[in-house]
Amino acid sequence: MSGNMNLTLRIWRQKSAKANGQLVTYPVKGISPDMSFLEMFDVLNEELINKGEEPIAFDHDCREGICGACSMFINGQPHGPKKGVTTCQLHMRSFKDGDTIVVEPWRAAAFPVIKDLTVDRAAFDRIIAKGGFISVNTGNAQDANNIPIPKTDADLSFNAAACIGCGACVATCKNSSAMLFVSAKISQLALLPQGQVERIARAKNMVAQMDEEGFGSCTNTGACEVECPKEISLENIARMNREYFMANIKE
Amino acid sequence: MSTNQANFLQSSLGKKLIMGLTGLFLISFLVVHAFINSLIFFNDGGVLFNEGSEFMAHNPVIRVIEIVLFIGIILHIVQALILTLQNNKARPVKYAVNNGKANSKWYSRSMGLLGTLLLIFLIIHLKHFWVVSRFTDEITSGEETMYGEMKEVFENPLIVITYVLGVISLGYHLLHGFQSAFQTLGLNHPKYTPFIKALGFWFSIIISLVFAAMPIALYMGWVK
Amino acid sequence: MSKLDSKIPEGNLEEKWSKYKASCALVNPANKRSLEIIVVGSGLAGASAAASLAELGYKVKVFCFQDSARRAHSIAAQGGINAAKNYQNDGDSTYRLFYDTIKGGDYRAREGNVYRLAEVSANIIDQCVAQGVPLAREYGGMLSNRSFGGTQVQRTFYAAGQTGQQLLLGAYSGLQRQVGLGTVEMLARHEMLEVVTIEGKARGIIARDLVTGKLERHFGHAVLLCTGGYGNVFYLSTNAMGCNVTAAWKAHKKGAFFGNPCFTQIHPTCIPVSGDHQSKLTLMSESLRNDGRIWVPKKAGDVRKANEIPEEERDYYLERRYPAFGNLVPRDVASRAAKERCDAGFGVGTSKMAVFLDFKSAIERYGHNQAVKLGVQNPTAAQLKDFGKQVVEEKYGNLFEMYEQITGENPYEVAMRIYPAVHYTMGGLWVDYNLMTTVPGLYCLGEANFSDHGANRLGASALMQGLADGYFVLPYTIGAYLSKEISVKAISTDHEAFGIAEKAVQGQIDKFFAIKGTKSVDHFHKKLGKIMWDKCGMARNEKGLNEAILEIRQLREEFWKDVRVPGTNNELNPELEKAFRVADFLELGELMCMDALNRSESCGGHFREESQTEEGEALRNDDKFSYVSAWENKGDGKYELHKEELIFDVVHPSARSYK
Repeated sequence: MSGNMNLTLRIWRQKSAKANGQLVTYPVKGISPDMSFLEMFDVLNEELINKGEEPIAFDHDCREGICGACSMFINGQPHGPKKGVTTCQLHMRSFKDGDTIVVEPWRAAAFPVIKDLTVDRAAFDRIIAKGGFISVNTGNAQDANNIPIPKTDADLSFNAAACIGCGACVATCKNSSAMLFVSAKISQLALLPQGQVERIARAKNMVAQMDEEGFGSCTNTGACEVECPKEISLENIARMNREYFMANIKE
Repeated sequence: MSTNQANFLQSSLGKKLIMGLTGLFLISFLVVHAFINSLIFFNDGGVLFNEGSEFMAHNPVIRVIEIVLFIGIILHIVQALILTLQNNKARPVKYAVNNGKANSKWYSRSMGLLGTLLLIFLIIHLKHFWVVSRFTDEITSGEETMYGEMKEVFENPLIVITYVLGVISLGYHLLHGFQSAFQTLGLNHPKYTPFIKALGFWFSIIISLVFAAMPIALYMGWVK
Repeated sequence: MSKLDSKIPEGNLEEKWSKYKASCALVNPANKRSLEIIVVGSGLAGASAAASLAELGYKVKVFCFQDSARRAHSIAAQGGINAAKNYQNDGDSTYRLFYDTIKGGDYRAREGNVYRLAEVSANIIDQCVAQGVPLAREYGGMLSNRSFGGTQVQRTFYAAGQTGQQLLLGAYSGLQRQVGLGTVEMLARHEMLEVVTIEGKARGIIARDLVTGKLERHFGHAVLLCTGGYGNVFYLSTNAMGCNVTAAWKAHKKGAFFGNPCFTQIHPTCIPVSGDHQSKLTLMSESLRNDGRIWVPKKAGDVRKANEIPEEERDYYLERRYPAFGNLVPRDVASRAAKERCDAGFGVGTSKMAVFLDFKSAIERYGHNQAVKLGVQNPTAAQLKDFGKQVVEEKYGNLFEMYEQITGENPYEVAMRIYPAVHYTMGGLWVDYNLMTTVPGLYCLGEANFSDHGANRLGASALMQGLADGYFVLPYTIGAYLSKEISVKAISTDHEAFGIAEKAVQGQIDKFFAIKGTKSVDHFHKKLGKIMWDKCGMARNEKGLNEAILEIRQLREEFWKDVRVPGTNNELNPELEKAFRVADFLELGELMCMDALNRSESCGGHFREESQTEEGEALRNDDKFSYVSAWENKGDGKYELHKEELIFDVVHPSARSYK
């Protein structure tokens, strides 16, 4: 035992996409406050395996907050109570001994559950494939310093590009809207001179795909911005709206 | 081109745009409405107020705008209904625990509910005054004035309470709606948005106070 | 030895690549359409190669085990990417980047490959900027550079501490564009478990759909492995949890030689281990060494807090030992120096296995600069500190936040504690100049191959190599092979070779479930990691390596008797995925030890205790070991060593000194 926290976990278990799921209660003991939330899950899974039960499936990979794989809805918030972090960076010192923690998968029609806490976020990839790029084939580029870009624009673009595609915005939005995600990509490219050529098509096509995937629409509650582990700004959604309206006015 | 526009208006963003634009339009109506209402506070036995309502009732331009206003309200409601249905469909399985207050205001999450309350209130309100002013003989024939009608209606404390509750719903609806409309229109800028938010906040409070003051003042007999 | 032909083109070093490009065989556009290419892995190398090949007109299929191509572990690279742009006018050139890389790799890499890498480095930056990658800029709108370990010029381009993320998302956007155009078929949540060879040529793979468990057969005229490094053989590393050697190892068992398996990089600046529960280690970008100073107390066993130890009682051991490069010595040197201090009893923190990385003087220095810039007369000490903090935050904000999140300590106030951790593997599948392995038609790109970095990789060179391979090297070199394959029609996956390969995989799956043992996969993985770290880690010796080989064999036997894989094959089963990976690590670990045992010199990241100078510096032996070890798998745990002699026409290997 490496620590002294005892917790009660209530975790969504669902065998497969088609099966019905339910919350199952698991007590965990001897948790160290220095553990990450996922390391606490490792401890629980090891226990389950040793008992001959099935471990809990959850997405995770880099465990340093950048790959965007981890996705747990913890006590009613995506990535848990701490601001600006992903689940893998959430540490147990954010909880108290004796706490009950409810863990659910992202809930959205566009993110169907695959198993337990694992959901399918391929919808995001399909949206990017519709326009989240600049069409420049390898070898076409001019010298990188040929187009000076004001630092403020480059920084704003970077801030939008910092999105890790985890889907916390969708998970927390009361409408399961993906607008923060989509707008971050549209903004990143709209802010750069390289992104101007395909501006109109990008806004139209990405929004169309977003709607087709079955995400809800934005009612500006601002929850996504608060829960985003990379603190992507709502300004991006406004920028996307502008881009989209202008695109439709022009063509 | 035409299918393009149809796509635009049917897209999530297009619908939001309609919500935002109609919302702002309705807000502008509220300003006029509140202005005329506050004429009663001249405490001149409703003379100015009656002149104002007379003008609103008979000016042909206003009658046209009135039609536009109703279209605006209906569009606002219909779009809201469609969006709400779609948004509900976007999350078929709900969370067991959802700690919304950690990341957003309750009234931002409850625009549908507030809007429904407002609609109920609006129907009551229209029945009390608009129907009377347009479709009954008393006022058009000059037997009765709007001011008199109002005094009569607000003698009933239950109606006064209903109005105050309706106006509270309106206040919260605006508290979110005002700044939200600007965001929807794409008007978000680090320099100006704090001003818009502050304006929206004070607008919501002042407009609600003005509307609430009237039934209360009449009931209490503060204005004669 | 005759088996290894590096196929380095003839001619002067500077002309090899341009001559190659001018004379290599091409495939005409009509033929490209009927040629299919399989790309395994969607990191920098995989995504860039797949997108570039699809742009050329080939039919491409991409596989990744993550839920999206965008999650490949290239995304976690923090510091930057090198390119010989000489935008800073500080004397950089293709030659210098080449020279620094060869020297940094301790003269264990091929001149031809490294020169090509340096040559195309500038194109990478152009390509990425054109794609909309928001690299850091100066106020004048030009790209910004920082310096990195092992160099004396500023040639590193970056995007805050998220350069890998931005470059990967750039490559990913190019890939998704092709997916949208229908030229790439993307298969996420698929893991390659076998290479299919027909008449000696790679012709496809067997992949497991990780959601349904179904084994799938996929044909390709050529197969590209872009599957990253094998640092997770140590269990604890800075790699993502899913990083593995399986694809490369399966290829190795099908005939691809494994090059320099013992060359692993231990990164000097990682957050120290906090307890047994630790599942992975977190890197703090090397860029921190630009401004942070590394030290330990002068007194062994000093338990005072960093702030309580006065300046004169601090030992800035890197600045002391290596005055010319100071805190910016290459990674292997910095790591060993930290280990040396900790082993000698000067370590800090509760575990005593850590050294300080201190930003105090950087905050002071930047504070003064900023005060002058802002025209603040007679600033107070608090003001200076605030100014300094602002600058440091601008440069390293996200790294500092990450540190605080993990350790609960505020690095602006308290010196960070760091310790080396496994980070990168220079070894990998042996490839020739064309990036082809010893199996015709089977290519290996990026960290998964052995080329370019020799025995030690310089900071900010991994991103450079991954993208160089994918964007600018492979799209040319693969043409040379495919131009001879244009008459080969797509082979049906009903071909018996596919059947045999699939059966082998199914056999392994059945075997896992049949064991029904008592211990989890992680149990074995942790044990393997400990053996590797203790005996094949930062310092290695003959006795330890011999012991390690025996221990790993024993552990492997236990694994195959007592592992428990719960669940079934026909579902998402992360334990089964891990079992496949750890089974391969258990074989690779042994080969790494064998390779380390064979190479009884010290070079780069490989430090043999028997081979050091009196001052404790690594002692290379060029007479005996100036070669690439390429191991052939003979089956049944038998390996044969092939040697590719390294020929240095231009640079002359000398003792690597950073003093």
